[in-house]
Amino acid sequence: MIEAKKVYEAFQEHRGDAIVSVQGTSGKHWADITTNVNRDISLGGSMGQSTASIFGLALGLPEQKVVHFDTEGALLMNLGVLASIAGKKPNNFVHFLLDNGCYATTGGQPVPNSEDIDYAMVAKGAGYSAAYNFDDLEELSTSLEEIMNQKGPVFVAIKVQAEVENLPIGMREKRASRSRAQTITDLRSELGIS
Amino acid sequence: MVDQQVQILRPETLIDEFKKNGVTHIITIPDSETNYLYELMEQQDWLDVVPVSREGESMAVALGLNVAGKVPVVLIQNTGMMESGDSIRGQVLDAGFPLLMVVGYRGWTRKGHTPDSAATYTEPFLNAFRLDYYLVEHDDDGPRITEAFEATRKSKRPVVVLVGDEYHGFNR
Repeated sequence: MIEAKKVYEAFQEHRGDAIVSVQGTSGKHWADITTNVNRDISLGGSMGQSTASIFGLALGLPEQKVVHFDTEGALLMNLGVLASIAGKKPNNFVHFLLDNGCYATTGGQPVPNSEDIDYAMVAKGAGYSAAYNFDDLEELSTSLEEIMNQKGPVFVAIKVQAEVENLPIGMREKRASRSRAQTITDLRSELGIS
Repeated sequence: MVDQQVQILRPETLIDEFKKNGVTHIITIPDSETNYLYELMEQQDWLDVVPVSREGESMAVALGLNVAGKVPVVLIQNTGMMESGDSIRGQVLDAGFPLLMVVGYRGWTRKGHTPDSAATYTEPFLNAFRLDYYLVEHDDDGPRITEAFEATRKSKRPVVVLVGDEYHGFNR
């Protein structure tokens, strides 16, 4: 098990100019780590569909490296997206999955078959170019250069510690974050898209 | 003897309208009635066909393409549209982007009661989401597709083209 924050810290060293999307409870750490917010994008807003949105972004920007940090609860809502992605073979797409085994934002209830499912095997079977499993930070850190230089779509499943939130939503810590619309405006401006 | 002119909607009419309106990507799940349209789209070098696994994905993929500056169109059946309610809400309406959705109107008939509940609930579904829609049944309706594109661009909202011709030109 790895702390999600450590995953993002390790990734940041290899980010380069990649466009980055994060989501889920663990995604909150990225805001403290990113050094290029204009290339951070948020396209969530529907149950489990941010992966499909970022896939669309990768298709539309084939010259850009596009990285998505997914969660297993979201992916399970729309597992067929793995086949959709693999079918179009976006070689600029890197798909991380932070697997904490539960719905952390709703109190930590386990996702279906949380103990035994192998997401990397599912992605590889769906047709991804490469798929990895990690539960050790050092192994992940030493593999990130290879992962980021690999022809996509690449899938990277990482076992992370759950950061369960049990307080009623109204009592949780509020973190400043940019709206989806703002991230879209900033990214388009950065890339010169009108 | 009176010649009867059968009016059909040819797939070429949709392709022409897509090209005229600068469409770059079609995100779709094929159905049995639109196979020839699918084949024709695959033959267009200016058009990228993106097959997805479930209709709710299509609006999300379209959002990503829109952010990238492309012009996507969603092509699905009414059954899949009804499955996609949360994606229409969260990825299109809330995002405020001009998306044309071409929706096969399974069960549509002008000849009275339809036995197909897919048709029964299609327009009530669209009205519940407050989506404007245009019915297209034959080639003479082609310009209505451009009207629908113009409506999306003006309103920055999704607009639906209901294709009410299941069995003629689309599956030769």
